[in-house]
Amino acid sequence: MEDSKSHTRRDFIRILSMGALAGLSMGSLACTRDAVEEFLQKGFQEMTEEEKKQVIRRLEAKYLKKYGKAFHISTQPADTGVLWGYGLDLSRCIGCRRCVYACVKENNLSRTNPQLHWIRVIRLKKGSLINLENSEHYYNPETVPEPGFMYMPVQCQQCENPPCVRVCPVKATWKEPDGIVVVDYNWCIGCRYCIAACPYKGRVFNWAEPNIPSAELNTEVHYLGNRPRMKNVVEKCTFCIQRTKQGRYPACLEICPTGARKFGNLLDPNSEIRYLIENKRVFRLKEDLNTEPKFYYFFSA
Amino acid sequence: MEAWRFFKKTVNMVFFGTRGYYLWCAFLLTIIGVAITFYIDQLDAGLIVTNMRDQVSWGLYIGNFTYLVGVAAAAVLLVIPAYIYHFDPIKEIVVLGELLAASAIIMALMFVLADLGRPDRFWHIIPFIGTLSFPKSLLAWDVIVLNGYLVLNTLVPIYILVKSYFGKEPNKKFVIPLVLLSIPLAVGIHTVTAFLYNGLAARPFWNASILAPRFLASAFCSGPALAIIIFQILRKTAGMKIKNEALFKISELIAYSMFINLFLLGAELFKEYYTGTIHLAPMEYLYQGLHGHNSLVPWIWSAMFMNITAFVIFLIPKTRENLITLNIGSLFIIVGVWIEKGLGLIVPGFIPDPLGEIYEYMPNITEIFVSLGIWAFGLLIFTLFMRIAIPIQRGDFIHSKYAKATIRRQYERIKP
Repeated sequence: MEDSKSHTRRDFIRILSMGALAGLSMGSLACTRDAVEEFLQKGFQEMTEEEKKQVIRRLEAKYLKKYGKAFHISTQPADTGVLWGYGLDLSRCIGCRRCVYACVKENNLSRTNPQLHWIRVIRLKKGSLINLENSEHYYNPETVPEPGFMYMPVQCQQCENPPCVRVCPVKATWKEPDGIVVVDYNWCIGCRYCIAACPYKGRVFNWAEPNIPSAELNTEVHYLGNRPRMKNVVEKCTFCIQRTKQGRYPACLEICPTGARKFGNLLDPNSEIRYLIENKRVFRLKEDLNTEPKFYYFFSA
Repeated sequence: MEAWRFFKKTVNMVFFGTRGYYLWCAFLLTIIGVAITFYIDQLDAGLIVTNMRDQVSWGLYIGNFTYLVGVAAAAVLLVIPAYIYHFDPIKEIVVLGELLAASAIIMALMFVLADLGRPDRFWHIIPFIGTLSFPKSLLAWDVIVLNGYLVLNTLVPIYILVKSYFGKEPNKKFVIPLVLLSIPLAVGIHTVTAFLYNGLAARPFWNASILAPRFLASAFCSGPALAIIIFQILRKTAGMKIKNEALFKISELIAYSMFINLFLLGAELFKEYYTGTIHLAPMEYLYQGLHGHNSLVPWIWSAMFMNITAFVIFLIPKTRENLITLNIGSLFIIVGVWIEKGLGLIVPGFIPDPLGEIYEYMPNITEIFVSLGIWAFGLLIFTLFMRIAIPIQRGDFIHSKYAKATIRRQYERIKP
């Protein structure tokens, strides 16, 4: 209590003196201009191609300075004729959470304070699937799988009718033509209405400046995907748009040791995901809410 | 010349007063000062310094916001009888009621700002400059109606006060339409605020059509109860003329509203408990505790006790028309509804979360001090409003043409 108080006072004085310094020194003009440009930056959807290039240049310089690493930030638009869908075989999932941590690494998620995950694996007693109130989020046995339990990974379901997009007061989040729901981290005002609206806990918030060890940063990033975020903005799973736009699978699928995860184009009649939907008994989470998820759970055995 | 005189006298009234006035302002300014240091820390470190997390992503700030929108909406309860039915004892206090509403709206908007992660990007929400998502997002609706209501509730009292300063009656053709407009708008701000939560299928606790009616019923209890207390303070300290009859009339209206509020609560409890689906869980958490988590249970039962006691007090004419029991009832309602519409409404919406996790939330020291600071700021604004408005209404502060030649030191009598 006493500590936090003196800390506050120190911060207050620091901010005051920093403000005075910034005001006095004309040498810092260049960095001030960047701050002003960032402040006035338009929403991604409203930018022209030229403005996008400018923003990327500024961001890459900023990341280089901040993390000491050269980033490549893509703004590659969504392909036409593609609608991404995901399949998850619940009879194969063993609850090892490798997908959780592969996602954290691939997508530059904050490791501690706050520790953020885009995938959450919940443990359910066999015999109860719909009432998630019986789920265990923090199971921690010596080995998985455990007898009598099943595991259900949940991440953003990329709804066709996403309630999170509907509620955003500033259009900082939207559904791309390929069906992926993305966030413009530089436009989000941090009101967290989308978190309240999501029935799948598909969104998490950067309650503080993200903590990522420099050595573990992934520098191949997409503007609307895994680029490093800032404090007090929301973020979510994008099925790894930085990978899928290059014809690669999402990181969670690649790491899965049991092959429980499937991914593909719903518009392509020959895709694996279409095969699953037509030949397996699939279901979607909370279908009664009419969110139309593009994330299909099924049991192969 | 006259404008300069008005300005000079206003400054004089604001900066010079009795010891009590200085103490009150110093008290509020101290709280505001402490709150600012906590808020700067929150801006610097991020919202991690609060107890909100992904599971419970709104807390004390949004609870206070909801409560204060209700207080502001309740100004209509004073406006309706005064303008439509010409109930004279209430008419005198309408201007003050509207200024109370304006102060409440300012506080409500400050609570949203305190909750906002990126206040530096506030401009994104401004229509035409940013990209306000109207009409899709209910939050966009709320921004519009709250600001409209704020403008209306400052415009009307200021107009009436300026007219009185010049010793004239307000132009009815101008005022009445605005006042009539403020009535649906008052219902509107609270309905829209209810719909904000109501429209989320992910949160069964809020996704009940009874929410908006309950919001209105409870607001028409807490707002007038606050007015009853404040008007008595102003009567004692600022020599404001308010008849007991007016207070009793307001308390009678509270009794009806509280009956409706309790009835709607009963209807909700019946539906949830009798059907007993898994959507009962948030209500179980609130009233009984869920899987051993029960930090809100003592709060909600205190609120229940206070609301029912106040209802009985306000129902019986004898206790309603006794200033002591009237004040006890008013305080009970102010606190009872604050619990019910604050933490009691916001937190259970998030418990259990959509994947069944339970994260128990209680506000921490940062959230409590920032909230106290906003309340103190609102009270300070209201005090300053009253500092100017009451002398004008009383006819003590008036255009030099109409003022008596002998300058009385009337402002010295004014205490907050």
